[in-house]
Order: sequence, then structure tokens, then C-alpha cells
Amino acid sequence: MSDIKEIISGICPEATFVEGGEQLQVIVPDAKWHDLALQLRDDRRLNFDVLTAVVGMDWKDSLGVIYYLTSTSNNWDMIQVKVTAPDMKDPYIHTVSDIWKVANFQEREVYDFFGIRFINHPDMRRMFLRNDWKGHPLRKDYDADPAKNPIRLDDEVNEDDTCSYVEDGNGKIKKVPGKVFNEDEYVVNFGPQHPSTHGVMRMRTSVDGETIKKVDMMSGYIHRGIEKLCEGLGYPQILHFTDRMDYMSAHQNRHCLCLCIEKALGLEVPRRAQVIRVMMDELMRISSHLLAFGCTAMDLGATTAFFYGFREREQVLDIFEKTCGARMSMNYNVIGGVIADIHPDFVKDVKALLAIMPERLKEYHKLFTGNVIARNRLEKVGHLSKEDAINYAITGPSGRGSNWSCDCRKVHPYSVYGELQFEECLETGCDSFARYMVRMREIEQSCRILEQLVDNIPEGDIRALNVPKVVKLPVGHWYQQVEASRGTFGVFIESDGTKNPYRVHFQSPCFNLIGVMDLCCQGYMIADLITIGAALDFVIPDIDR
Amino acid sequence: MEVKIKSMKHEDFKDNEYIDKLVEELNASGANVAVGNLNKLINWGISNSLWPLCFGTSCCAIEFMSLGAARYDMARFGFEVARNSPRQADYIMVQGTIVHRMAPAMRRLYEQLAEPKYVIACGGCAVSGGPFKNSYCVVPGVDKILPVDVYIPGCPPRPEAFFYGLMQLQRKIKVQKFFGGVNRKEKREEFFAAHPEERGQLS
Ligand code: SF4
Repeated sequence: MSDIKEIISGICPEATFVEGGEQLQVIVPDAKWHDLALQLRDDRRLNFDVLTAVVGMDWKDSLGVIYYLTSTSNNWDMIQVKVTAPDMKDPYIHTVSDIWKVANFQEREVYDFFGIRFINHPDMRRMFLRNDWKGHPLRKDYDADPAKNPIRLDDEVNEDDTCSYVEDGNGKIKKVPGKVFNEDEYVVNFGPQHPSTHGVMRMRTSVDGETIKKVDMMSGYIHRGIEKLCEGLGYPQILHFTDRMDYMSAHQNRHCLCLCIEKALGLEVPRRAQVIRVMMDELMRISSHLLAFGCTAMDLGATTAFFYGFREREQVLDIFEKTCGARMSMNYNVIGGVIADIHPDFVKDVKALLAIMPERLKEYHKLFTGNVIARNRLEKVGHLSKEDAINYAITGPSGRGSNWSCDCRKVHPYSVYGELQFEECLETGCDSFARYMVRMREIEQSCRILEQLVDNIPEGDIRALNVPKVVKLPVGHWYQQVEASRGTFGVFIESDGTKNPYRVHFQSPCFNLIGVMDLCCQGYMIADLITIGAALDFVIPDIDR
Repeated sequence: MEVKIKSMKHEDFKDNEYIDKLVEELNASGANVAVGNLNKLINWGISNSLWPLCFGTSCCAIEFMSLGAARYDMARFGFEVARNSPRQADYIMVQGTIVHRMAPAMRRLYEQLAEPKYVIACGGCAVSGGPFKNSYCVVPGVDKILPVDVYIPGCPPRPEAFFYGLMQLQRKIKVQKFFGGVNRKEKREEFFAAHPEERGQLS
């Protein structure tokens, strides 16, 4: 840790450090940030190649951003960099979207929520809200009066307009207007209501004949303002939102939020609860990958495979229903453990599922994986190199399909994952088919994890006994990651010591996935747009939050 | 008058007074035998081939997909032809949260549906905004922008609840008069007149 400090001080003497938190926090003045960022990524001793999270902040007396950086070569060490906008009235920060491409959309989100503009960012549009929205909702002084932003039934105008902010020689900042698409480009609009976009994503695609030239992802058609809602609620009350973001990773997401709160409180979760949580996570992963299988097939017109995938998924949902009381939005994990003990049939049902899965997987492969049309549509389509996957922070099955070993269960083991035997599934194809195969193989690995646990659920409490009645986190901030079905899901909580969080940020894996759509689709056919999207398998409410 | 839906018994439905009242109101104006029988025939047809326009924005949509899969199999009731174009659909199945940015698109799709058209609001979000009611950009219930026929509560509703709601729509259709005005509680124009400030530039 002290080495890192020395190296950073060597590069940027103005940087100051805060220790004692989870990670080393580096505070840099905005003017030096871009240069330091470049060194952080490229200096061989540091090598922070992944920008894990970008958290916009309003500290009431200043606005700024906390960047979480991870170094894959140095044991997946993380640091935080805090950058504050020099002027709160007219906030600007230098962009790092040219260094870590993932920052492109992340910074647009910060602009949308906090009004911080990023100098030299190529495309400073709003991300989630209408382009005529008044105010920036996550600011603490935001005026939530509905009269200011009524429900409008007219379309947004000037959707093609964008702008960027550049600095001239004397430090003056100038706005440069631009266009998303040129006058002579032929743009096809997909969505927001299109069955194959897997939710309400709008993709404006410019084509040359049938070849895709550019995809403009327009998000926000299901932006529900969860992060702001969290600020008005107590900690136990915010848990249920996580089930409704990526509903196919409900257990994992909620697990993550619980872990983050438990970490802040210093709570020890009983082993029985930990094992149950991990089993639920893996069941959820199976159900999610089965849905992904079914939908990928259906997007290609193979409706039969959809019915097969859903057949087994129903069996998983039955297990959830018996124990949690619901088929979806289970609301099962709570702070300090789980809400109810497992159903008496749980072990029997899981064993029944494990018994049939190997056979069923073979059936899927016979039915769909080996199919000539499926192979033609998935293989060598949607190329994403390993370098790009890292730069765009594409985690989960999509990252592993590009041969990037990024499984959070391996690199930052949490709960009981450290003790379990399972393989991280990697594929070298870097195409849609590789991503698809990773998912299918992960089902096998999830079954393997379940096999190890199903007979070893220890006796004991299902919830820590010392959970406070009123949950108040100490002052500070925490960041926790888990491996959700679609990649690394992160939760950031900043607490000011009261019973409501001061700021909650969810770092969703799907948000990064849409960032890479433009890159993945360029040069392929318009018909491949859907299969590339299906193979990346994003869930829109997870993106928009 | 009893409204028959498959093998469901009359007392299986919880809102019989509402339907009975509707029937009474409609019968008050009277209709001749020929038109009456034609009405019945057409309504029998419509109610057994309800094609949804799936407007699935979030979690509830996944439960609706389970309805299409083998276990719940909505084809038994004639609901299975989920359309992606409003021109071919009979009703909008709103599944999920509707947010400000989506509202204009949603209203446009509704206007593109051919008459007679219906709206079903599925799940807490579509009914009232659900868990996100207090958010700055969530429409607190689709009935703020569309006239809703059937509400299906739940978060998400169970597949059985979906069926119950869909059958309610069938019942409503069976008693309507195809000729001489549709039995909408609020006719479209009245609804729009009552929500003028929300109509925006779409008019
Ligand atoms: S009602 Fe519940 S399940 Fe349905 S969309 Fe809303 S949050 Fe999701």
C-alpha cells in the first residue's frame, strides 16, 4: 500500500491520501486528474486497468466523483480516487473516458444526476432523463416539485443534438455542439418497445446497406430513480429495490447490498445463513442462464428451445416459491441473514433438480447448440477482444467469453465461495457463441456448487442475533461486489450516521454491457444486432435503475 | 344475466355485482333480437381470441413469459398470439413500471390500436407506481395516461392472477355492445378531455 502512495506522489505531488477506509483513497485536484489517470493505467508498477465504478457525489459543499480502480495484475487491488469539481456553481471535471472507455456512459450518468460536465467528453448528453428535464435529481438541493417536470406526452425534440466541452489555452471552457448522426446517415430506430431488445432499450442504428455503422444506445425508458428513493428510506427498506433491478439476479444483488451493510456494521452472518444464501445465488444463476438460453434461441426464431429452457426454470422457481414465498422478487436476504428458514422439501427439491440437469443440458446442446443455423448466427459475430473487455469493464459471462478471468467469486471471494470447488468458465472465441457457451457451462458449475452444499447445510441460526432494531451505519463509505448472473455487481453506500443512507450507488454489470454494443455491432449485419444483444444478455431495469 | 367463461363458476369471480350492473345499464337502452344476437356472436369471437400487445418494461414481463411457456400455457384461452405491433392487437398488456420518458411512446401505441381496444394494468407499478410511486420520474399508475379496463395487482402477479385478470376482460367484452357504442366506463374522448393538460402535443 505504501508503495502505491509513493509512486502516486512521484507522479502527482499534489495528491493527498486518506487511509483507514476500506481502500486507500487518493484525492487529486481536477487539473491533475487526467494526467494521473493515464499513469495509473499505464505505469507498469500500478497497472490499474479496470475502472470498476464511477460514483457521482454531492457533499453539499462540493460536487465530485469517486472513481474505484482495480488492478487485475496486482491481486485485484482496489483504490479510490476522489476528484472534486473546483466550482460548485458551474461544476466541471476532466473526463477519463479516453483512458477507460467504460467511463463514457458512466460520466454521462453523473452529468445526468449531478450536472457535473466533463471536459473533453465526446458526447455530453443526458443518459436516463428526457433531454428537456429540469434539474439534476440526485443533487441534494433538487426541487422534486412535480409541476417542474410534469408527465409529458410530447416527444423529445432535437434527439440528435449532442455537445462537448473543451478547454482553450487560457483555461476557458467552451461548449461545442455536435450531432449524433450526420445528415446523410440512414438511421433505423429499434425500440423502445421492441420484443427482441429484451426490455425497453432504444437502439438507433445507422446502416450502410445492411451493415451497421453505428449504434446509439438510448437508455432511460425504465429509469425508476432507485438511487434517489434509497436516500429517503431506512436500510431495511431499501433492500427490496435490488430484487427489482436485475430481476434475474435478485438473490445475488440483494446478497451484495446485505453484505455491504453487514460489512459496515461489522456483523457476523451465521454459517447456516451463508450457505443458504450461496445456494440461492447459484439457483438464481441457473434460472437466469436458462432464461438467457431460451431467449437467445427465441430471438433466432427457435421457439422450441424457449419451452425447454422454461421447463427447468419453473422447477427452480418452485424451489424459490416453497422457501421464499414468491416466484420472482423473492425478498429473501435480510441484514444479518435470511428472512425465513428453508422449506422442509428444499434439500429434496434441489437434489431432484441436480439429478436431471446433466441430462437436460445434453438435450439443450442437441436441440440448439449443435444446430447449423444457431452456429452460423452466433459464431464469429460480435467480436470483443480481451483488451476491450477489460477497458470497457465487461464482466460476467460476456467478459469470460473474451477469455478474461474476472469472476468475482474467485478474485474477491465472499461468503463461503472461498471453500468451494468450482471452475471459472473461460472461452477464447470472443464472439456471441463463446458468451453463450460460457453460460451453458456455468450452469454445470453452479450445479457442482450446489452438490457440494446440499448435504452440508449446517444447523444453527438463520439470522445474526445482534442485528440492531434500528439500523444505523457509522459515518463512512463502503463498496461491495458480488458475482451476479450477468457480471460483477457493486454497491456503494455512503453514510452520515443516520438511519437513512446519504448516498447509495448500484454499479450494475449490464450498464457496462450496453457501452460495448456500438463496438460489438460495427461492421456486422443489421440482423446480428439482435443476436449480439441476446448474447450479451442485458437486463434493462438493471441498467436504468 | 350470467356471463360464462370456460368452466369457471359464477361464484368464482369476486366482482359479480359490477358485471351485473353493467349488464343492467346496457340492457336499459334495449336492442332488437337480430342486433343482439350479432353482438353476442362478435363478442364471443373477440373474447376468445384476445391478442395482447405486450408492453413489458420490467419484472412483470418475465412472469408473463412464463404464461406463454408450457406450464401455464395461455393458448388454452386464446391469449397466446402476443403481437408486437399495435395494429394487430386487441389490448395493451402493461407489465412493469412506466416512466416519464416512456409515457409518450405508450400513449402513441394506445392510439394506434384499432377499436375496440382495452388496457390491462399488470402489477403494482402499472396500477399505481408500486414500490417506485414516490420517484421523481415514475408515472404513478398508467391510468394517468390511458383509460384502464382491468387492474391486476401483485409484484409481480402470479400467473394465476394474470389469468383471473384476463378472464375479467373476457367477461367485460362478453357483455359489451359491439354495435352502438362500446361499454367503456369512460369513452376515449371523455378520458382525453378529462386529462387535457397531459395530452401534450400528441393531439
Ligand atoms: S409491480 Fe413489481 S414485479 Fe411488476 S414491474 Fe413493478 S416492481 Fe416489477
